[in-house]
Amino acid sequence: MEMTANATEAAFHRKRADMRRFGMWLFLGSEVMFFTGFFAAYIVIRSASAGSIVQPLNKALGTLNTVILITSSFTMALAVLASKKGDRKGLVNWMGLTWILGVVFLCVKGVEYAQHFSEGIYPSTDIFHAFYFLFTGFHALHVIAGLVVMGVLWFRARRGDFNETYNDPIEMMGLYWHFVDLVWIFLYPALYLL
Amino acid sequence: MSEQTISGTTAEAPHAGGGGHHHPQPTSFFRRYVWSYDHKVVGKQYLITSLCFMLLGGGLAMLLRWQIAYPFVPVPFIGHWLKGMFFFGNNGAITPEGYLELGAMHGLVMIFFVVIPLIVGGFGNFLIPLHIGAEDVSFPMLNALSYWLYAAASVPMLLSFFVDKGAAAAGWTNYPPLSDIAGASPSSLGLTLVLVAIYLAGFSSILGGVNFLVTIAKLRAPGMTWGRLPLLTWAQFITAVFQCLATPMLAAGASMLIFDRVFHTSFFLPSGLMVGGAAAANSGGGYPLLWQHIFWFYAHPAVYILILPTMGIASEILTTFSRKPVFGYKAMVISLASIMGLGFIVWGHHMFVSGMNPMLGMAFMVSTIFIALPSGVKVFNWLGTLWGGNIRFDSPMLFALGFISMFIIGGLSGIFMASTPADIYLHDTYYIIAHFHYIVFGATIFAVFGGISFWFPKFFGRMMNEPLAKLHWLLTLVFFNLTFFPMHFLGEAGHMRRLATSTDYEFLNSLAGLNVFITWSAYYLGLSQLIFVFNFFHSMFYGKKATENPWQGNTLEWTLPSPVPYYNFDVPPVVYRGPYEYSSEEAGDKDWISQSTPPVPGMTPAKH
Ligand code: HEM
Ligand SMILES: [Cu+2]
Repeated sequence: MEMTANATEAAFHRKRADMRRFGMWLFLGSEVMFFTGFFAAYIVIRSASAGSIVQPLNKALGTLNTVILITSSFTMALAVLASKKGDRKGLVNWMGLTWILGVVFLCVKGVEYAQHFSEGIYPSTDIFHAFYFLFTGFHALHVIAGLVVMGVLWFRARRGDFNETYNDPIEMMGLYWHFVDLVWIFLYPALYLL
Repeated sequence: MSEQTISGTTAEAPHAGGGGHHHPQPTSFFRRYVWSYDHKVVGKQYLITSLCFMLLGGGLAMLLRWQIAYPFVPVPFIGHWLKGMFFFGNNGAITPEGYLELGAMHGLVMIFFVVIPLIVGGFGNFLIPLHIGAEDVSFPMLNALSYWLYAAASVPMLLSFFVDKGAAAAGWTNYPPLSDIAGASPSSLGLTLVLVAIYLAGFSSILGGVNFLVTIAKLRAPGMTWGRLPLLTWAQFITAVFQCLATPMLAAGASMLIFDRVFHTSFFLPSGLMVGGAAAANSGGGYPLLWQHIFWFYAHPAVYILILPTMGIASEILTTFSRKPVFGYKAMVISLASIMGLGFIVWGHHMFVSGMNPMLGMAFMVSTIFIALPSGVKVFNWLGTLWGGNIRFDSPMLFALGFISMFIIGGLSGIFMASTPADIYLHDTYYIIAHFHYIVFGATIFAVFGGISFWFPKFFGRMMNEPLAKLHWLLTLVFFNLTFFPMHFLGEAGHMRRLATSTDYEFLNSLAGLNVFITWSAYYLGLSQLIFVFNFFHSMFYGKKATENPWQGNTLEWTLPSPVPYYNFDVPPVVYRGPYEYSSEEAGDKDWISQSTPPVPGMTPAKH
């Protein structure tokens, strides 16, 4: 009886993880469409006003943030790996590091925003800055949402909620975090380099 | 699905609907009726909320019609009570601004708060798990969340009526610059609130779409292959793809519009714009046309969200009441899928006169005419289903027949409008209003009425009153056509839509009589709906108790007691056959055979 109960438990987790994974991919698909809307608008307007926009952003801070976010994607991948192996300590440490990197990213972004505001630059200044604040604002909202959930998962991980058979919330978190990273990888050249 | 077999061996079977393990039905009122995870309760919440909003949307339409027939004449009773408030001037007549507000809000309420939540949230939630033999949807909590997001969306929407200068008044399509600059359209804060409401409703719709796709893909009972899926569930599946991939585009556009309105950006405002005789304060650099592209990239697929599920409802009803299998099941599924594919590349047919490269207009014209093809396939298959059938004219069937007839009329007018040369003339006239009301009211709402009467036993355990339902059908059919058919003539005569002051145009004077006729037909149409309201609530409590399978249907919901018990299926069902094996040999002396009836020894099962 004990055996069957465990097998049932495992089968149940497998099934649920399977559904969650599929659901997460669909949700990310719709997120892709959301940012596609912004990118399509940006491409249309940028190409129509070619040359009239001079790249005004602080490339150093933008590049720094790119490095931070890519690193955090890497640490998140290590966290997922640790959770699959049932390595609780590794999971807690790598996810904690990811969380800190996410916060650092937001702080750098905050410094950038503060610079803009002190120079009197707002979304209404011109069409480029409209896009800049739109893109980075919605991206930052996604980072914040991710960090909130990651914080909760971190406490659950430390409590020992996850093991070899039950770790799909961590996996979902990983998928989401890579997505947020990926959006930034498109944003960075589009806003800071072009 | 072997997991389910494993789970069947323990006393405590896992909840197939991902939410956790078998819990007893909650006893507190709050968990049972308010924050409930049960897909049937969520479905009913959607159903009843959206029907209430239908009364609101319908009421707005009644006022619209008053202004068109009797411009600037005080509205009896209501105008007197609400003098100087909402849409009314100090003499109790509707003001021009009030008229625009009524029109925009009628459209927005009907599309975002009535039809989508009704046919997807209501019918989808209630029926998908029953159709596929599951205990619930994949993510029951997310399901409750999407209902409450929809309910939350109604707060800013309703609030907008009460703020200074009223609710949205720039058309349901919210074209900029009108919708974009505070000084351009009559409304100010109200429009922003409505955009926030659309945002929330859209988010709810995306979450619902994800949930349905996962549910249908992963929770089908053993034996429920894709080829045995009832057509309604197929239609909900395709609709859910639209919800996941098109709705985010609306969210993107609405975000930019909200930015324009709140942070004074200029995504949709050109440089050098003049407002009220002075240069606009915005920096400019954007394009008004950009909004139209983004909006219609969403909103054309959205009009299919408004019809596909009801095509499914009609298919279920037609086959059950013809006692014949659906004609061309595969063709039905393929045409659903091609409507989806084509649906993403036709949006430009709303913009023929907006300023588009003529070659591009040509491409959109051709793709739009192509979409009539799968729609035509569906119509022919419905007729093929009826052909030679042993037809029973119960109320669900009458509504389904109404659905087909009205859909044909609306589809035909669509083809005229799809040809650019004709549309340049017809665009922005009452012809368009006639077209989409034939589809959204004539087809969709008819199928909804049919579906409610068909599944009422499963929803509430009772039957609707048949004579009343038939009377409601007859009056609705007659007054619907009297209201909307003449609008084709108005459109051909050049009567513009969204026009509060038709008396200002001499060439419209000859149409005044027709407008009065339409208005009174609309009032009788509105009054006829009270029969439904009465029948719905009265039958809910006092209707005849329903048996398990009152219409002798084959799909799995008819194997369950009426109303459906908390966990749907006591024993997880196993499916052996397709959904529409009516009048098959295996059925013996009955003419129906449930999907979960095992093959009869010594008989060759029908193909599926
Ligand atoms: C045979 C299929 C159809 C064709 C060829 C078709 C074609 C068109 C065209 C060309 C227009 C634009 C007319 C204009 O603004 O000048 C239009 C408008 C519209 N159609 Fe259809 N249509 C079809 C089916 C549907 C369906 C299934 C629905 C909804 C359930 C629908 C709902 C609408 C709505 C709401 C509008 C008006 C949008 C607005 O300007 O406010 N149509 N249709
Ligand atoms: Cu369209």
